[in-house]
Amino acid sequence: MRFGVVVFPGTWSDCDFHYVISEVLHEPVKYVWHRERSLEGLDCVILPGGFSYGDYLRAGAVAGRSPIVDALRDFVAGGGLVLGSCNGFQILCEAGLLPGALMRNECLQYRCQSTHLVVENVDTPFTRGLRPGQVLTMPISHGEGKYHASPEALADLRRRHQIVFRYAEADGRVTKAANPNGSLENIAGVANPEGTVLGLMPHPERASEAAMGGTDGILLFHALLGSLVEDGTFLKR
Amino acid sequence: MKGAEPKVTLDLARDLGLTAEEYDRIVTRLGREPTWTELGLFSALWSEHCAYKHSRVFLGRLPTRGPRVLQGPGENAGAVDIGDGWAVVFKMESHNHPSFIEPFQGAATGVGGILRDIFTMGARPIAILDSLRFGEPVDAKTRHLVDGVVSGISWYGNCFGCPTVGGEIAFAPEYAGNPLVNVMCVGLVRTDALFRARAEGVGNPVFYVGNKTGRDGIHGATMASATFDEHAEARRPTVQVGDPFTEKLLLEACLEAMATGAVLGIQDMGAAGLACCTSEMPARAGTGMDVELARVPQREPAMTPYEILLSESQERMLLVAARGREEEVRRVFAKWELDAVEIGRVTAGGELCARLDGEVVARVPVALLAEAPEYRKPVERPAWLDERLAFDPLGLPAPADCGQALLELLGSPTLASKEWAFRQYDQQVGINTLVLPGSDAAVLRVKGTRRALALATDGNGRQVFLDPRRGAALAVAEAARNVSCAGGLPVGLTDCMNFGSPERPEILWQFAEAIEGIAEACRALEIPVVGGNVSFYNETSGQAILPTPVVGVVGLLEDATRYATQWFKAAGHAVALLGPEAVSLGGSEYLWTRHRRLAGRLAPLDLEIERRVQAAVRAAVAAGLVSAAHDCSEGGLAVALAEACATGRAPLGCTVTLAGGARADLVLFGEGPSRVVVAVEPGGAAEFEALMRESAIPWRWVGQTGGDRLRIAAGGATLVDVPVERIEHAWRNGFERHMA
Repeated sequence: MRFGVVVFPGTWSDCDFHYVISEVLHEPVKYVWHRERSLEGLDCVILPGGFSYGDYLRAGAVAGRSPIVDALRDFVAGGGLVLGSCNGFQILCEAGLLPGALMRNECLQYRCQSTHLVVENVDTPFTRGLRPGQVLTMPISHGEGKYHASPEALADLRRRHQIVFRYAEADGRVTKAANPNGSLENIAGVANPEGTVLGLMPHPERASEAAMGGTDGILLFHALLGSLVEDGTFLKR
Repeated sequence: MKGAEPKVTLDLARDLGLTAEEYDRIVTRLGREPTWTELGLFSALWSEHCAYKHSRVFLGRLPTRGPRVLQGPGENAGAVDIGDGWAVVFKMESHNHPSFIEPFQGAATGVGGILRDIFTMGARPIAILDSLRFGEPVDAKTRHLVDGVVSGISWYGNCFGCPTVGGEIAFAPEYAGNPLVNVMCVGLVRTDALFRARAEGVGNPVFYVGNKTGRDGIHGATMASATFDEHAEARRPTVQVGDPFTEKLLLEACLEAMATGAVLGIQDMGAAGLACCTSEMPARAGTGMDVELARVPQREPAMTPYEILLSESQERMLLVAARGREEEVRRVFAKWELDAVEIGRVTAGGELCARLDGEVVARVPVALLAEAPEYRKPVERPAWLDERLAFDPLGLPAPADCGQALLELLGSPTLASKEWAFRQYDQQVGINTLVLPGSDAAVLRVKGTRRALALATDGNGRQVFLDPRRGAALAVAEAARNVSCAGGLPVGLTDCMNFGSPERPEILWQFAEAIEGIAEACRALEIPVVGGNVSFYNETSGQAILPTPVVGVVGLLEDATRYATQWFKAAGHAVALLGPEAVSLGGSEYLWTRHRRLAGRLAPLDLEIERRVQAAVRAAVAAGLVSAAHDCSEGGLAVALAEACATGRAPLGCTVTLAGGARADLVLFGEGPSRVVVAVEPGGAAEFEALMRESAIPWRWVGQTGGDRLRIAAGGATLVDVPVERIEHAWRNGFERHMA
């Protein structure tokens, strides 16, 4: 599977994703500069974490309108897979590729901590093979991760099973105490209706090696790679 | 424009912080009166902050060489060879004065400044550690400062993308009017790609890169070289404003430009800004520099040469490129959308010549700017010290309930958990952090090798106040011990010397003694000092801070899979205490927290024993024999054991039996150097015992992990018997309750 990691000015998880894909998964991967206008030849595009353009306007607002995002729309329309983590999730929402918005954390402070995520939708290329209700552990690191959507949008999300992860306790219970940023209904990650675009605030790349304290993040990649073996639809383009 | 400049007089020079003697020296050496712009250059570059006028004669005592040292003091940062073609580059700097005036931006730009010091060396920053000191958090002003400083560090470090992995936060009333913000940064570079701040090669182009120049921070260096009075906050305009996004772009652009081979030398425009770079870079290389100030990118109209040279606007660098390769530099900076403007040339003749629209506004020998006068001011041991030392803490009553006393100690702001601060910092970006904040040392892997680095900072102002020489040596010993407990061999040290006014003989005595203490400990432990910073004038309205040398130690682990953390992992592991028996309540955290006394004598420090204990711990960690290793420091053995029980993922009890004879509070809370608690893996006891014998250190088995209580008995009596849950609660809430 050919991966591309998009680099905006101010992106900082680019090297981490690149490392995990090349050194842990041994899959081909290249960096994609934000001014590029084509994503040809790639199967999965990663929008990594960071502070694109300093997030001085709104998190992801400027990056969400950059040249590469136009290419990303065509890529998604053609069935390409997109994973946005942290700032990448914010950019996907700002670009309208995912519904909702990420607002300032309810505590008004940055939060870097370990979180538990309960998997709600296993019918996406990123979660296929996981069990519904399975709990994954991954760290978060953000100041603007409070997920928000209008009541109508939330109803749509539920109806189309677009809510992929919720913040939870270690045993999978979705509680207020387990919500690190005040996200609506503990939502930590959502997908487009087709399941081909996934955005989440946590950092799977930081939980992809035992040495880093956990390997639940790599499961998303294994799901991705496994799903291709099972059913080649995502390779057809 | 020149007509509008103030007339240069002695009074004006004095207003800018120069003395009459210094002014005379400038006039004599120039053979004329300096211009207004030139006077500004001298004022900034001859400030204590830039020139180390009062400290240089003492700093020469520090050992700076070693077989691994690639770069010692005198550059932007020090560099130490860690094998496989890699060097670790690190330095610590203070940003105390700006952080008191404006805590958020003061701390933020402190982070920004030290990051630039690391990447100007060609290294990519991989870790930040902050050593912070404040007044007591019951005070609203202190809480405001804590919140501002922590938010500022969080904002800058997180946005830039360098993890904050360690450091300490301590509280004492002496810091209320003058908090300390010391930031250490660590980076990695290939040994053959180290850059230096030298302007080599006459005729080579000089580039200004990065942010535009504004009027912020003018005379920041001069401000940092004076004490505060009640009008300190009126100096807010001398504090710079940071932009971490631009810094991130500057990092990537600089490293990319360096990789082209077109860059010959580079320096951060930190204190004293362009003035500092345009004089220091040629001074190091024996060259000169001719610059056109009108070409400097400016964000405000009508800036004068004086302002352009002395602005401390952030996120700027000066670099010297190879002639004929200008385009390569321009192309890289254009990619990152940053200014890169050729503002001058390297010249022969050793002069800095600054022009505005061709007209010379300053022409000064760079050697003269670099050669600030050096002072050997009088030192005097303070008369009040003997009375403090004569105090016997054992004249105070022992606590009736030692368990309660332990909980109070763990709940004191200095010892309690600092999670409130650390959860605001990204700790993992770069995916190198193997041990997160909360253990004796942070551990980071070095990708592409089997090795790892252990990092720790330390500095106890109370101990230095009572005995500057031993207290400073203890800071070195403890930071090195922290690194050794993680399994790292200390390979280099950086220091930040935070003191009051050196013009007071008793303050300068504290400083001189502290330097001796650091030098003694570094020699004995074979740790070279590769860089650092002196911050004098840390006083407000005549009240000096506790003398606080803060040291940062970098340790090297040969095997990134063999490291130790401070918390107990499982029941049934035997617990041993390594090191000497000698402890004292003098200057201890217990004496301060419980009795509000700062007095008494410190326990003796035997540096040979210290060296052997650290070697023994490292060997035990490397052999995989210990499941936990924790240094005994503030709060003594009882606090070390309580932390080992309560700071891990799953709290775990332990039962310890000690020899009797001494008073309970001394046994439990007495502080002494070279002491380490370890838990030994089941089945490893025999091998561990053999290793300890071989190490020739004092040590003893003291107990076993298990259960859900911490029990400590001595001489047949139970001194402490407390549920671990209560220990954890006291420790978790002791600081956070003030900030919530």
